[in-house]
Amino acid sequence: MAKKSSMHRNRVVGKVLIYALLILITAVMVVPFLWMLSASIKTNTEVFDITPFQFIPDEPQWSNYQEIWTKIPLARFIGNTVFLTIVVTTLQMLTSSFAAYAFAKLQFKHRNALFLAYIATIAMPWQVYMVPQFIMMRGMGLNDKLLAMICLQAFSAFGVFLMKQFYEGIPDSLCEAARIDGMSEYKIYSSIMLPLSKPALSTLIIFTFVNTWNDYLGPLIYLKSEAKKTIQLGLKMFIGQYAAEYGLIMAGSIITLIPVLIVFLALQKYFVEGVAATGIKG
Amino acid sequence: MDNSVELKKGRKNRDKKRALVAYSFIAPNFIGFAVFTLVPIVCAFALGFLKWDGNNPIQFVGLENFKELSGDSMFWASLKNTIIYCVGTVPLTMIASLALAIILNQKIKARGFFRTVAFFPYVASLVAITAVWAMIFHPSKGPINAVLYYVFHMEELPNWFGKDLILLTLILFSVWKYMGYYMVIYLAGLQGVSGELYEAASLDGAGTWQKFRYVTWPQLRPTTFFVVVMLTINCFKVYDIAIMLAGGADGRLGTSSTVLVYYIYQKAFVEWDLGYSSAIAMVLFVLVLIITLIQFRGNAKYENS
Repeated sequence: MAKKSSMHRNRVVGKVLIYALLILITAVMVVPFLWMLSASIKTNTEVFDITPFQFIPDEPQWSNYQEIWTKIPLARFIGNTVFLTIVVTTLQMLTSSFAAYAFAKLQFKHRNALFLAYIATIAMPWQVYMVPQFIMMRGMGLNDKLLAMICLQAFSAFGVFLMKQFYEGIPDSLCEAARIDGMSEYKIYSSIMLPLSKPALSTLIIFTFVNTWNDYLGPLIYLKSEAKKTIQLGLKMFIGQYAAEYGLIMAGSIITLIPVLIVFLALQKYFVEGVAATGIKG
Repeated sequence: MDNSVELKKGRKNRDKKRALVAYSFIAPNFIGFAVFTLVPIVCAFALGFLKWDGNNPIQFVGLENFKELSGDSMFWASLKNTIIYCVGTVPLTMIASLALAIILNQKIKARGFFRTVAFFPYVASLVAITAVWAMIFHPSKGPINAVLYYVFHMEELPNWFGKDLILLTLILFSVWKYMGYYMVIYLAGLQGVSGELYEAASLDGAGTWQKFRYVTWPQLRPTTFFVVVMLTINCFKVYDIAIMLAGGADGRLGTSSTVLVYYIYQKAFVEWDLGYSSAIAMVLFVLVLIITLIQFRGNAKYENS
């Protein structure tokens, strides 16, 4: 009896500890974002006031959100980034799932050798070959062109690898049955495999979208003129020029976070599922 | 006889057609991949042995670049900083993400919400959140130092972006930003641990710690292996975090915060010493390769024993 109640007490203490820990972690994760939100509607003299800290100041500076659009060509930067992100994500999704289907479900000569080429580069940091890549692209006349960023990001080994892992989990008999019914491989891919791969595709979309949207080093190397810059470069440029304009910097930061937040929230239910399904067994 | 030849021919044709269909699936991705990834990788290896500024004739210099590298103090500083950053970040992130995954794998209220919150820093723009960190850790005005001053009455307030603490700040920041990502990988790994093992352990009278020690940890071995490899490789690639937290208004890094990729960038795109920059890139490549191999060996050894 005594043992049972002490076990019960232990369990309650355990639960309380877990929640306390969770609240602490959540605070550490969330506070920077709340700070950003709060500072984005403050004046530069208010942003560091913590005695007392006001989440919403007496006179919220909503004008920060207007001013940032005129201080830098933010609309231009966002337009460029949206364009890049949509094109890269679409290309990445289509070409990766297309290639992955062949690697997972079709028999052909040199299959393993070709796939090995992808695998061999997956652990190779892009930073190792970014210089010769730039020289090559410059030779092709792609310097300072958005097209360079598309070529750079749309054909990653990661996408093919991820989709192949997922397709291998789908039974071959499904394709065989469709083949016997006289379906072409293209039809099997588009009407059977693609609809089944929602979790993997969502994972790939999140990764590609986030990477392209947030990329800094790639655009820094390739996009030189202001009209071509992406949102990350633009925001960084603004921070460099107006380091003390905290309210404006935070307003700009919030604006760059919103699209990622929307995509992430829309697709996150597939995300854990997708990572689990694509299998990351050692 | 004729029949079998016909049959063979028919099969050959069919195989050919099949292969063509397969290649048509692969081609769109593979062509892009071969041109924009494979070719530059091959070139990267060659470039390390050349002297070239991108315009004038190329010179073959053999191992000259590497010799020069061995006496370059800025290179050694960037190598040292990168390694310190790795050694700090890898274990901390691994422990934090594993702990987070174990907690968020329990049946608790609002689990989905907590997972989302933990993951969000990973998807948030680096430029935006480093700007917030720069405010929060601001040496004279930031709230962290204000707390240290008012609550803990600390006399000498730390300069989080000064040369003594900058690596620590970088490490803390990356643990904060990336632990949610590795948490998701650990969560996926935890789904694969069968509940029966825990039941058996409970019957044997194992407590929470023993269950972790004898069930969770060994079962998660492949996941941990994957996490450590990915983390280490990603740490060696660090660049933008350093630029944004440690780079001044001109975006330059000094000896206390320079990292390998920064030095590659600097040599190539500022000084246009392409061969030299590729030599540094080779060092980065070899480091990543060695770490991957050691960890693969270690994992194989463990699984055989």
